[in-house]
Amino acid sequence: MVTKVQPMAGNAPAARPDAGGAGLSKEEILRYSRHLIMPEVGMEGQLKLKQAKVLLIGTGGLGAPLGLYLAAAGVGRLGLVDFDVVDFTNLQRQVTFGSSDVGRAKTEAARERLANLNPDIQIEPFETKLTSENALELFKDFDIIVDGTDNFPTRYLVNDACVLLGKPNVYGSIFRFEGQVSVFGAPGGPCYRCLYPEPPPPGLVPSCAEGGVLGVLPGIVGSIQAMETIKLILGRGENLIGRLLLFDALAMKFREMKLRKNANCPMCGQHRTITKLIDYYEFCGIRGEEAPAPNLQVPEITPRELKSRLDRGEDLYILDVREPHEYQICNLRGHLIPLGELPRRVHELDSSREIVAHCRSGKRSAEAVDFLKKAGFRKIWNLKGGILAWSEEVDPSVPKY
Amino acid sequence: MPVKVMIPTPLRAYAGKREAVELDAATVGEALGRLTSEFSELRKHLFTDDGKLRSFVNVYINDEDIRYLAKENTRTKDGDTISIIPSIAGGCCS
Repeated sequence: MVTKVQPMAGNAPAARPDAGGAGLSKEEILRYSRHLIMPEVGMEGQLKLKQAKVLLIGTGGLGAPLGLYLAAAGVGRLGLVDFDVVDFTNLQRQVTFGSSDVGRAKTEAARERLANLNPDIQIEPFETKLTSENALELFKDFDIIVDGTDNFPTRYLVNDACVLLGKPNVYGSIFRFEGQVSVFGAPGGPCYRCLYPEPPPPGLVPSCAEGGVLGVLPGIVGSIQAMETIKLILGRGENLIGRLLLFDALAMKFREMKLRKNANCPMCGQHRTITKLIDYYEFCGIRGEEAPAPNLQVPEITPRELKSRLDRGEDLYILDVREPHEYQICNLRGHLIPLGELPRRVHELDSSREIVAHCRSGKRSAEAVDFLKKAGFRKIWNLKGGILAWSEEVDPSVPKY
Repeated sequence: MPVKVMIPTPLRAYAGKREAVELDAATVGEALGRLTSEFSELRKHLFTDDGKLRSFVNVYINDEDIRYLAKENTRTKDGDTISIIPSIAGGCCS
């Protein structure tokens, strides 16, 4: 079937001498043939992809389709920044990783997977946390930065570093079954701070009870980010510059909002007030890593203490403040009143009895104990570490989630 | 004017788990006022203690940001859609 037609001089690969010397090998031509036969990509576009340098911040849910598709598409140099280790609960959505990767560094597991997918590209793992100290240094060698992180401090850091260096930031974020995608920091376009000048205070960020994410969602949102990245490289089509794409997976609806460059933006406006990277944890009101919301000092009981008191037959009332769907996963046979319903259901509790409140990890129940103490309850404790600690220290048959 | 207010996922817990609320209002501010009087828990998520819209919550009428229109005084038309768009960071707690 394949016949050589009009071989070029010396049977050389069909590289263009004007394409910066980076031609494609015969294998590459075959590998990318479905790109090469499209006029929108062609040899010229494929060489642009080969010369492109893209840095992925985060190799998790969004990073999975990003890494896989950008590697498959032949992006010549792919940087991967992550400090995390593959966890069993990641496998529901982080499709770069397999079960045997649990416990491995994400950057290393991703590097291996992507190198297997496409050995012709250069993959650079950076097993580090992105910080104000290393961001500019890490970003400077790349053309496009793709934000696939999962927290506000890093999002503002990525934005600010991109604006300072004049590099586009392909942004995507997800929550349960909703996603947002845009391209920030492009010449003349808005930045993330034009849209959201400030982050929400930690206390107003949705709690564990409302967390979770439908596993396919990051696949869709990350794929859109990958598409935008490739379009930026090719210089083709219309990018999401100045547009915020909203996706609702449950309703299966895409909506689009106009984004404007804010003339008063502290980062990219005419009178910018931010001229260097700052402390983003402080900016986001978070002291230290993963710091829980406002230090709630409430009386606690450890799972072991609770167990021994129950074994002694003491009359303790167990209050479970999680959501009904969590109760179905596992429970300590407590009385269920979700935290959000506590104020109007407080009459169900007898303040003369000793009450131990618990949730999954101890955070929501600390709020419940705080609330009930203010409501006049005196004999009330928070189960330290929640049902997770109970499973760890007392009864391993209780599943963790 | 009957308008539809779209409630984003993170705030639905404070709005009776509703995805959208239809109400009558002549301005965006009036619509948000009606919404938060119906769902009082929503108020602290949308407004500061002195009644200003929080800076991490964006409000759109159709596809326009009200910051670039008449802000909360932006007038509504029959059938307009008001969207509350809070910042989301992505992922979930571990």
